[in-house]
Amino acid sequence: MQAAIEFFNVFKTTIIDVLPIISIILFFQIAVIRKPIPNIKRVGFGFFYVLLGLALFLMGLEKALFPLGKMMAEQLTAPEFILGTDTLPDVIKWQDYYWVYIFAAAIGFSTTIAEPSLIAVAIKANEVSGGAINATSLRIAVALGVAIGIALGSYRIVVGDPIHYYIIGGYIVVVIQTMCCPKMIIPLAYDSGGVTTSTVTVPLVAALGLGLAATIPGRSALIDGFGLIAFASLFPIIAVMGYAQLSAFKTHLAEKENKDEI
Amino acid sequence: MQKQLFVFLKALLGSFKDLLPIILVIAFFQLVILNQPLPNVMDIIFGLALVVLGLTFFIYGLEMGLFPLGESMAQAFAKKGNVAWLMVFAFCLGFGTTVAEPSLIAVAAEASRVAAAGNVIEQTPTAIKDYANGLRFMVALAVGIAIVVGVLRILKGWPIHYLIIGGYVIVVIMTGFAPDWIIGIAYDSGGVTTSTITVPLVTALGVGLASSIKGRNPMLDGFGLIAFASLTPMMFVMLYGLILN
Repeated sequence: MQAAIEFFNVFKTTIIDVLPIISIILFFQIAVIRKPIPNIKRVGFGFFYVLLGLALFLMGLEKALFPLGKMMAEQLTAPEFILGTDTLPDVIKWQDYYWVYIFAAAIGFSTTIAEPSLIAVAIKANEVSGGAINATSLRIAVALGVAIGIALGSYRIVVGDPIHYYIIGGYIVVVIQTMCCPKMIIPLAYDSGGVTTSTVTVPLVAALGLGLAATIPGRSALIDGFGLIAFASLFPIIAVMGYAQLSAFKTHLAEKENKDEI
Repeated sequence: MQKQLFVFLKALLGSFKDLLPIILVIAFFQLVILNQPLPNVMDIIFGLALVVLGLTFFIYGLEMGLFPLGESMAQAFAKKGNVAWLMVFAFCLGFGTTVAEPSLIAVAAEASRVAAAGNVIEQTPTAIKDYANGLRFMVALAVGIAIVVGVLRILKGWPIHYLIIGGYVIVVIMTGFAPDWIIGIAYDSGGVTTSTITVPLVTALGVGLASSIKGRNPMLDGFGLIAFASLTPMMFVMLYGLILN
């Protein structure tokens, strides 16, 4: 019974959250397009399923994963776990934090695989490319990018480097890759940066970043606690373009072999 | 009926597979590394069942509702040929969905608490609220403009990389001038803006537009709207920092 009341509340919040979208769509549909939506009943049901699914999804995360994930992020960054003592030495060795990097990469990868908006974009990309882009491979490429990004981002918090060196370095890699990767993948690669970080990833990753910045002396939550999400939105771009370059290279090799045989 | 049930079960299994990595990671770190038992096992299993069920419904509704809706609107706008209304729609969609975005509200609240603790703004509730609201407004404005530019790009067929790389250059230059404490938040705000409902809708809109305009390729021109929406917030938030300074 309590779960039902809880679900009802989450469902209500989800509906309130999408009210602006619905009102914008309705306004333009009625006032500007002035035509009924095709298959309106089906679309309406679809919208309802999306809301229902999102509400269930959020409630489940809130119940099962977020409390545990946040608690683990705090425990893994605590000095007792890393150094075995409560007191921190004056000089921190970044190597001591290896479990943090591994956790960061693992949680980045696994939350991205379950990210609903990435699933949506992957389905669409598969459809538009006529099956040439495999939805699962795309999601794995993006998830790998997020994993590397978040691990590197945690390393940055531990050593305390300024964030913009990393981001600008990443931009330079993106620009170089853009010049030599297959044209078709570029818009999709750029998009994949933005879709990775939403419902599942943000709360867990933010907890990890703020936990790290709070426990390491000399780091301020203001300057160092943020920025992990930026890493998580930059590295998938590199990973997706890399994936496309690799597939293009493979096809190139295969073609070359075929020619040699002839 | 039986066939439908089978399809549904298959979808459930797919969602479970999507979730499996998270379960494994959390279980491994909790049991092996942190060496602690799982608290409230029943709660966790119940929560996981909800997540699997939710993901299944979401994907099902996506193909039934959100994708067709975005595409039919794109086609209707393309047929009408009214660019001005399309731009207004693009702006409203970007601004309206972002200003109420829960993860943005959460990040803005967190950022303002941290800013108050760091003495960047006054430590009064009004100052904190004003700062958070200003941040949200700037990001929403940025996303609205981003979708407009992105739609304009699809209409005109501009290659995306010039615009995005140009955007990067502006971000890099602004980083040199913006105050230190805003940079992390600014970079992050690019990632949190696009919500789970907005992404499918905007993607369908872009692909739908590109498919209904002659000479546009949906793969080459249809994607890319989200990319703009994650770039412009960085500029606008840094601008916000510059203004406050």
